[in-house]
Amino acid sequence: MSGPVTKRRPARHRNAIVNAIVASAQPIAEPLVAILLALLVGAVGITMLSGLLAGHSSFDVGLPVAAYLALLGGVASPNGFTSTLVYATPLILAGLGVGLGFKAGLFNIGGRGQFLFGTVGAMAVATTVGTTQSSYITVPLALLAGAAFGAVAGFIPGFLKATSGAHEVVTTIMLNYVFVFVTYWAISGPLVLPNAHQPITADVTTRNAALPIILGRDGNAGILLALAAVPIIWFLLYRTTLGFEIRSAGANPDAARYGGMKTSRLIVLTMSIAGLMCGLAGATTLMGVVHQIAPGYDTTVGFDAITVALLGRSNPIGILFSGLLLGAMRAGSQSMQVQAGVPAELVDALQAIILVFLVVNALRRWLDRRAAKRGSTPLIDADAAQAAEGVA
Amino acid sequence: MTEDAPSGSAPTLEMRGITKRYPGVVANDRIDLDVRRGEIHALLGENGAGKTTLMNVLYGLARPDEGKILLDGQQIQIAGPSDAIARGISMVHQHFMLVPVLSVAENVILGAETMSNAVFVDRREASKRIAALAARFGFDLDPDAKVGSLSVGQQQRVEILKALYRDARILVLDEPTAVLTPGETEEIFALLRRLAADGRSIVFISHKLYEVLEVADRITVIRRGRVIGERRPAETTEEELAELMVGREVELTVDRGESHAGEPVLRVEGLRVADDRHHEVVPGASFEIRAGEILGVAGVAGNGQDELVQALIGLRRCLGGKITLMGRDVTGLSPRRMNEAGVGYVPGDRHRFGLILSFPVYDNLVLTSYYRPPFAHGLLRNDSAILDFAAAQIERFDIRTPSAQVKTSTLSGGNQQKVVVAREFDRELKVLILDQPTRGLDVGSIEFIHRQIIAKRDAGTAVLLVSAELDEVLEMSDRIVVMYRGRMVAERDGRTADKSEVGLLMATGGQGGAATPKEAWA
Repeated sequence: MSGPVTKRRPARHRNAIVNAIVASAQPIAEPLVAILLALLVGAVGITMLSGLLAGHSSFDVGLPVAAYLALLGGVASPNGFTSTLVYATPLILAGLGVGLGFKAGLFNIGGRGQFLFGTVGAMAVATTVGTTQSSYITVPLALLAGAAFGAVAGFIPGFLKATSGAHEVVTTIMLNYVFVFVTYWAISGPLVLPNAHQPITADVTTRNAALPIILGRDGNAGILLALAAVPIIWFLLYRTTLGFEIRSAGANPDAARYGGMKTSRLIVLTMSIAGLMCGLAGATTLMGVVHQIAPGYDTTVGFDAITVALLGRSNPIGILFSGLLLGAMRAGSQSMQVQAGVPAELVDALQAIILVFLVVNALRRWLDRRAAKRGSTPLIDADAAQAAEGVA
Repeated sequence: MTEDAPSGSAPTLEMRGITKRYPGVVANDRIDLDVRRGEIHALLGENGAGKTTLMNVLYGLARPDEGKILLDGQQIQIAGPSDAIARGISMVHQHFMLVPVLSVAENVILGAETMSNAVFVDRREASKRIAALAARFGFDLDPDAKVGSLSVGQQQRVEILKALYRDARILVLDEPTAVLTPGETEEIFALLRRLAADGRSIVFISHKLYEVLEVADRITVIRRGRVIGERRPAETTEEELAELMVGREVELTVDRGESHAGEPVLRVEGLRVADDRHHEVVPGASFEIRAGEILGVAGVAGNGQDELVQALIGLRRCLGGKITLMGRDVTGLSPRRMNEAGVGYVPGDRHRFGLILSFPVYDNLVLTSYYRPPFAHGLLRNDSAILDFAAAQIERFDIRTPSAQVKTSTLSGGNQQKVVVAREFDRELKVLILDQPTRGLDVGSIEFIHRQIIAKRDAGTAVLLVSAELDEVLEMSDRIVVMYRGRMVAERDGRTADKSEVGLLMATGGQGGAATPKEAWA
C-alpha cells in the first residue's frame, strides 16, 4: 500500500460520474457495446485470416468492410428481410423462454432438449391427426402439442429443483442428451415414415401440418407467432401477479418467500413456461422450415437463445430486437460468403464473441452484488449516492 | 474524556473550505475541520450528511472541487489512499478490509511488508514489531490466529493495528461501533483514549449521540454537507446535539405513555426452532403478549432471536411447541397465512427479507398484499390502484423519495425502513413483530419509527420488539424478557428494569442467581 504515489485521478470520483451517465443509458448501452466490440474483434479476425482466403493479399484491411457490407446487403434485400424473420422466429420464441427463466433467477440451458421434444410433439400430431383432418385442425393442434411437449421437458428440471434442490444447469444439460435420443427413437419408431429405408418422418406438407406462407417465398406464419409472443410474455411479466412473483423470486428469493410467494411452485411454473416457449420454437421450425425430422436432426437454437436473452437483457422487447439481430446475421451470412468470400461461419464466431462480452459483464455485476451482500464497500460512494438520489 | 486535551496546540490537520459536488447535490459545502494532536474529534451527522464524503476527500478517494488540506501547516494534495497512508493518515472502514484466511500478523503486514531480501518477507521482524505495538497499546490479539476465526471486535482491532503498523498519526474510524456489542464498544473507547494519549489524532465518525459525548474531546456537527456547529462534550447535551444534527427539536426518548394491556393475543409455548445448520438454537421458548402492550426481547445478537422471529411469522419450520393467535393454533402456517391472520413483521435484515432493492418503491409497498384487491383482480395487477396506494403511503409515512417509481436501492437507509414500516403498519394488526426496527438509522428516523410503534400499541396491537440495542428495549417496552441461548431466562417490568441487571442477564443468562418461578420458565 505504500507504493509510489500515482498521478491517477481518484478512481471513486470518476466512477461516480461515469456511473451516473452509464445508468441513464444502461439498458441499451451494454448490449450495443458488446455488439460493436464483437464486430471489431471479428474485423481483426477477418483481416488476419484474409491471406488464407482465395483472391486476397494477406492482411487485407479492406476485407472486413467488404464482408460486413455484403452481410448488410444480404439482409437489406426483400429475400434477406424474409429470411431474417424466418431465422429470428425460433430465436425470439426460445429467447423469451430463456429470458423468463433469467427473470426468475433460473438458468435454463435445456432449450435444445425442449426444442427437440417440442418438434417431436408437433410431428406426433402431424402423423396421427394430419392423415385424416384438414390443416385448420392439424396446424393448431400440432402447435399446441409442440408447446405442451416443450412444457413437459421444462417441467422436469423445474420439478427436480423444487423438490430436491438439483441445480437446473446440471439437470437441463443432462436432459438435453435424453431428448436428443428420444428424438432419434421417435423418428426410428413411432414417427417413422412407413416403408422408408432410414429413420425419417413424413413431410409435414403431406400431413396438413405445414405453416402457411405469409411473406415472400418462404416466410411462414411462425413469424406472427413470435411477434405475438413478445407482448404476451411482456404482459405476463409486468402486468400480472404471476409475473410479479417470478420477478420477485429472481430478484430476492428471501423477500419473495416472506411476501407469501411459494417459490418452489414458481420454479416449476417458470421452467414449464420456458420449456413451452422452446417447444413452440421447435414446432414452428418443423412446420415452417425443415418440414420433416431427418436422421441426425439437431438444433443450436437452445444455446443461441441464451445469447438472445442476455443481449435483450431478459426484457421481451429487448429479446425481440436481439432475436432479429441474430436472425439478420444468419440471413446475411450467405451473401457475405458469396460476395466477400468470408466463410458464413464467421457469424457463429461473432455471436460467440458477443456472448463472451455479455457474460463477462453479467459476471461482474453478479460479483458486485455478492460483494454488496457480504457487506464489502460498494463501488459507488454510498454517502454521496444517497445524498444525490435519496434526499432530492 | 481527557479533560486536558491539548486545546491550545496547533492543529495537526486542517481542512479548509472543502466543497465536493456530485451531480445534483453538494455533498460537502465549504467544510472547515481541524484536528489537533492527541485529540479525539467526533464528526457527528445523520446518514447522508456528508461525513463519509469528507473523509473520502481526506483519504484521497474523492477529489474536492474547492478547498485545501493542510498537514502540520503545509498544504498538501492527497492523490490516493496510498499517498494518505504515506503521510500518516489511516482509515478504518465500517466494513473491514481483511483477508479471513490469513493470520493477524499477515493481515497487518499485507502491503507494507518488510523484506529480509528480494524474495522473502521478514516475518520475524514483522512479528516483533506487531508484538511491540500490541503490548504498548494493550491489544489482546494472538498474531498467529486466523482473522476469519476472530470476533468482529477483534477484527476491528486488527484494522487499527494495521494503521498503527503503518505509523498512522491521524486515524479515521467510520462508525466503528455500529457492529460492536456494548462491551466491545467500551474496549474500543479505552483503546482510542490510549492512542490519543500517545499523541495520535483520531477522527471518530458517528451518528450515536451518547457515544460521541462519552469518547470525544471535541464534536463537529455536520448537516446537509455543512458544518453546523462545534461543541465540547462538557458544554453540551444529547438534546442539543440531536437538534443540531437533525435541524429541529428531536425527542430522543419517545414517551411510551401508559399501556392498557388487554387479553393475551399471542401465546408461544415450548417453541423449538433450528438454525440453517440444524442446530436447535431455540430449544423451548415460551411467552405471551397481550393486546396493547410492547414485549421487549433483550438479548445479545445470536441467541436465537432471528430464528424465533422467523418461526413466528412462518419463514422457518417449528420443530415443536405451539403458537396460538387469538386462541387459534397457528403453528406452522405459511408467511402468507400469518400475514392474513393479522401478523405484521419488520425484519432485522431489511435488505434480505424486507425489500427487493432492485424494484421500485411502489412494488415494495405491496410486497405482501400484491395479490389482493384492489391491487390485483385474479391474475391481473391493478397498477393505478398500486400507484395511488404508494402515493398515499409516501405522504403518510414521510418517505423521502423523488417518486414511487425510483428503485428502492436509491433511498437512504432510514427511508428504506420507512417503506417497510409503511407496508406493515398500515392495516389492522393483531400482532406486530419487530426485529431490530431501527438498526443503522439516524435519530430522526428512529424517533419517527418509535412513534409509529407506540401508536400501533395504543390501537390495541400486541407488539414484540426484538433488539440488540438494550437502550431501545428499555425505553420502548412495557415488559421485558431476556433471551439467552434460545430461552427466556428472566422477565422484568419495562419501566422499572435496571439496565445493568438486564445487561448482566443478557451476558450470563442469570446463572448463579436464585431463580424465581418466572425465571424458571421454558
